[in-house]
Amino acid sequence: MNITLSINGARIEVDVPPRMTLCDALRQKLQLTGTHIGCEHGVCGACTIIVNGRAVRSCLMLAVQASGATITTVEGLAHGDDLSPLQAAFRRHHALQCGFCTPGMLTTLHALLTEEPYASEERIRDVITGNLCRCTGYIPIVEAALDAREAYQRSRESAPL
Amino acid sequence: MKVTPAVNTFVGRPVERVEDLRYLRGKGQYLDDLQKEGQWCGAVLRSSVAHGRLVNIDTKAALDIPGVHAVITAADLPSVIPTIPFRRPNPTIAPYAQPVIAVDKVRYVGEPIAFVLADSAEIAEDALQFISVEIDTLDPIVDWRASENGATLLFDSTQTNIASVFEARSGDAAEAFRAAPYVRRERFSVQRHTAMPMETRGLLAEWDEATSHLTVWGAAKLPFFNRRAMAGMMGLQETAVDYLELDVGGGFGARGEFYPEDFLVAFSAKHFKRPVKWVEDRREHFLAIAHAREMEAELEIACDLDGSILGMRGTINVDIGAYVRPNGMTPVRNVTQFIAGPYRIANLAFDGRALVSNKTPAGTYRGPGRFEGCFFCERMIDLAAKDLNLDGVDMRRRNLLTQADMPYALATVSPNDGFAETACDSGDYRTTFDQCLNEFGWQEKSPLNGQCIDGLYHGIAIGNFIEGGAAGPRESAKIELERDGSVSVYVGSSGVGQGVETIMSQIAADALEISLDRIRLFHGSTSNLKEGFGSYGSRGTVMGGSAVLVAAKEFLAAFQDAAAERLRVPSDQVTVEGGVARTRDGRSVPLIEIAALELISREATYHGSKQTYTFGAAAVHVSVDPKTGRVNILDYVTVDDVGRVINPLTLHGQVVGAAVQGFGGVFSEHLQYDSSGQLLVGSLADYMIPISTDYPHIRAISLEQYPSPNNPLGAKGAGEGGIIPVGGVVVNAIASALRSFGVEPRSLPLTPPHIWQLIQETKS
Amino acid sequence: MLMEADGEAKLLAGGQTLLPVMAFRLAAPAILIDLSGVQELKGISIDDTGVRIGAMTTWRDIEDDQRLRTAAPLVSAAIEHIAHYQIRNRGTIGGSLSHADPAAEMPGVVVACDACLEIVGSNGMRSVPANEFFLGPLTTCLSADEVLTAVRFPPWPATRLWAFEEFAQRRGDFAYAGIALFHETGATGLVENAHIGLIGATSVPRRLGVAEAALNGRRLDGETIAAAAQLASSEADAEDDIHASAAYRKALVGTLLERALKAAAERAEAL
Repeated sequence: MNITLSINGARIEVDVPPRMTLCDALRQKLQLTGTHIGCEHGVCGACTIIVNGRAVRSCLMLAVQASGATITTVEGLAHGDDLSPLQAAFRRHHALQCGFCTPGMLTTLHALLTEEPYASEERIRDVITGNLCRCTGYIPIVEAALDAREAYQRSRESAPL
Repeated sequence: MKVTPAVNTFVGRPVERVEDLRYLRGKGQYLDDLQKEGQWCGAVLRSSVAHGRLVNIDTKAALDIPGVHAVITAADLPSVIPTIPFRRPNPTIAPYAQPVIAVDKVRYVGEPIAFVLADSAEIAEDALQFISVEIDTLDPIVDWRASENGATLLFDSTQTNIASVFEARSGDAAEAFRAAPYVRRERFSVQRHTAMPMETRGLLAEWDEATSHLTVWGAAKLPFFNRRAMAGMMGLQETAVDYLELDVGGGFGARGEFYPEDFLVAFSAKHFKRPVKWVEDRREHFLAIAHAREMEAELEIACDLDGSILGMRGTINVDIGAYVRPNGMTPVRNVTQFIAGPYRIANLAFDGRALVSNKTPAGTYRGPGRFEGCFFCERMIDLAAKDLNLDGVDMRRRNLLTQADMPYALATVSPNDGFAETACDSGDYRTTFDQCLNEFGWQEKSPLNGQCIDGLYHGIAIGNFIEGGAAGPRESAKIELERDGSVSVYVGSSGVGQGVETIMSQIAADALEISLDRIRLFHGSTSNLKEGFGSYGSRGTVMGGSAVLVAAKEFLAAFQDAAAERLRVPSDQVTVEGGVARTRDGRSVPLIEIAALELISREATYHGSKQTYTFGAAAVHVSVDPKTGRVNILDYVTVDDVGRVINPLTLHGQVVGAAVQGFGGVFSEHLQYDSSGQLLVGSLADYMIPISTDYPHIRAISLEQYPSPNNPLGAKGAGEGGIIPVGGVVVNAIASALRSFGVEPRSLPLTPPHIWQLIQETKS
Repeated sequence: MLMEADGEAKLLAGGQTLLPVMAFRLAAPAILIDLSGVQELKGISIDDTGVRIGAMTTWRDIEDDQRLRTAAPLVSAAIEHIAHYQIRNRGTIGGSLSHADPAAEMPGVVVACDACLEIVGSNGMRSVPANEFFLGPLTTCLSADEVLTAVRFPPWPATRLWAFEEFAQRRGDFAYAGIALFHETGATGLVENAHIGLIGATSVPRRLGVAEAALNGRRLDGETIAAAAQLASSEADAEDDIHASAAYRKALVGTLLERALKAAAERAEAL
């Protein structure tokens, strides 16, 4: 089935089998391998992407369901050669070790902080309960997200929704 | 050219990681990201029966499916099915080795029976259900007692299900117990759980017919051993095989073991002359990854009335699952030696027994045998302190090793399966212990012990551990000058997500006195070096880092020689500093100019057979809700002396992460089996690893008070220590909290229902 | 389409349960009918007759609707316990109710609240009280040609006292047990109209009638609460599983009811 979607700012048309999940389509059809598959049953959150502004698990969507959608994956977060403020905060706080859960953490937190740039520590912790990390113990991830809030607050002020 | 300051510009600083730049952009290259033109994808048919005789396998229907190319079974392999070799052989384990595919018998649910090759992973997985397998079931052995009993033997060629017994001895335990005024006997157990890295396992292999060369992508942990193992099993020269490392989504001791699938993938690639890729799904990961930790200890402690520990002894029965895997004996050996922990106990006698069962074979998981041993020891000390009416803190301090005891030889283990010299190397354990008490605020928190506040019972505890590291015998590194004046550094240590690129770059940059951005770091692949070892047993940084130092020294000497020749002076009249060689009369030549003339390359090996021992203490404050059994970790503080910190950012990150893994093992992670040998856990919803809201209150402090005398860095294996003390200290705190109920937990995991159950039992 | 498919088709709502089931190859429907494009099934309306939530409304939309915090407070309170952020962005109330997992929160809530489920099939539309909708674990009264279109909650008096309490190993996990509770206080200060929905420790979402009876007409003191908690424990039909024993879950039901009643009372004081 042919679907058209917007991914990381580019309009893309792709032919996918009906049974193909969105994460498989991204990885296999579009070579966007930054989106990782950690469980394929909707628990680990590594495959999280942003669909129409909302963080969702791409292993729990069929590619055909994304027809017409606007999608952001981890590859779409950096500003050109520069890391985004969230990415830079992850690096500064050592919020990643093996890097496997990182794309899902980044997309989840990017969606959250875009909508809620003043999210509390408790809210941030609660939101990433849907993302499993086996390396960090989560503490530096929460610190990085808190640190990145300011940049989201600034961009909210300069471009009010 | 800018001259960088001479010493320690990078080592010791919280350098942001090099590898993060690609991980954060989604540009990491993990195994499943790799595709090869014309590749076939594999799927493994696994036994659904725990124990049985294979009668028949019919693959015809599967072969008829469009897109399916082949189905490999034992019948397709050489007449003698290869078994997976041991990394540390010992005299008794040979019959318990795992064949690369089930032949005649299946011995655990999940054992590979057939390997389907198809155009895509989906087709291969679809085809699995069309293979029919006939198995005559045998009695399954699902616990160590049934295994010990021996009525059913897993291996027909043996007389016993006990694959090996490790004995750790020190002094004269029998005499110490005879004479002791106080003796207590206890039984403790730890449940089966596992590493559960976020990336599942996978492998891609390609056979090049023209050069008769096998390339295997997906190396981790032990690439050089695995290459040797693979070459041996395939009947190839070692040089005909290369293991290449990609980015690795977490290891924790489990990834990088030689698994049966590794052979099946490589064999298929060579047999069909096609690239073959296999990626495990999460559900099969539960059946296929090495399990760990399942053991029960029957222990005795002998003390003087003042709390001096006179002796410990006992037996630890370890359920190792169906086969002895390459590193399967490590936890058994370790628990036997490390139960006594960092305490001065003159008389020790432990037997660690490895018993086979019809469950997934066990292997190493972060702190193998050490997490368990620390739990047993620290529980035992608290129970003894209570009996003796002593303060647990005083009793611990009384028995801790001091600098005057160093080096302190640990109990001797036999069979000696290759671990070299095991003696605590440096440190005054009491000062680190006291620092932990202070950081934690022991004095202020003590009055809370056993108190009930708003329905929650509070408890505190402190415990101690040692973390062995720097396993020998040696490690290699190579440093090469590139045309552009940059330097490529190759090291045998492997990456499992711990930041080896950054760490080694820091060490190399300091040793070569050049900036970090002029160094490119390569690691973990067998193509880099003639010989290497890898990252396991907290050795990566110490051994690899020391190898980099040795290679850097040779590299600089070569630079000095080359510069001297260029400057037409004898070599001893040239000094090298900050990447520039200078003569006494003020002439100089920078490294980059030499690069135009000669591409210096030096490969060197660091030899070291003495282990390092990081000492640490951990303290915890818990509250327990007796109505639900919920435990909250209100404060957790760990203080360790690692000798020397290379990168505080990565070290701290590993300690905290390891502690959280430890909490998972204490509270929620459990690979449960039923009586027929079926694994009851198959998803991350059932296997409960910690999540972000679970353990937010952790503080980790690493000290550099006593560098290791055993290596040029002065560093000790570290990071892994984060997990070791968690079981002992947390369970002691829970017991303290619930002392008014008389609850004394002896087995893990302490899930809310388990804690509730313990309280009910004391009520009745 | 459902009729034509002759049992080979599955309706796909948010996919947050069905897709994992398919990934495990526990279900392999030949036809999937995606309902996400059907706008009529989405949305929340509130009027004098109560609250109507379309079956394809996502958890997220329910969570964001501030009106529900007073119009259907148990629904709002339950949401934060349902799975995780990303799941709530896709998962729907209709999908969850149709799946009928007794461990899930919303089946227990709709039963506690006397909600009605609107169903459309080839024979037209029907409305089924929540307590008749759930027949067993993963079993509802929906026939093969029917689809759940909406759930309708009766009006919620402002003076009603309520609480939602659940206990799970980790945040977002299916609970060991949970209680969705409301009651009113009559002029004499006695409990009236107690409704206790049970989550988790049961094979079918249901109310705890015996415990409710022990509350109605009584003053909500320590003795009444303890008695109701005791009865709720014995009334819960929990079973052993790999995570917890039946005995634990039953005791937990009592503890949670006790805590819920106290939380509800505290809410009364805050009013």
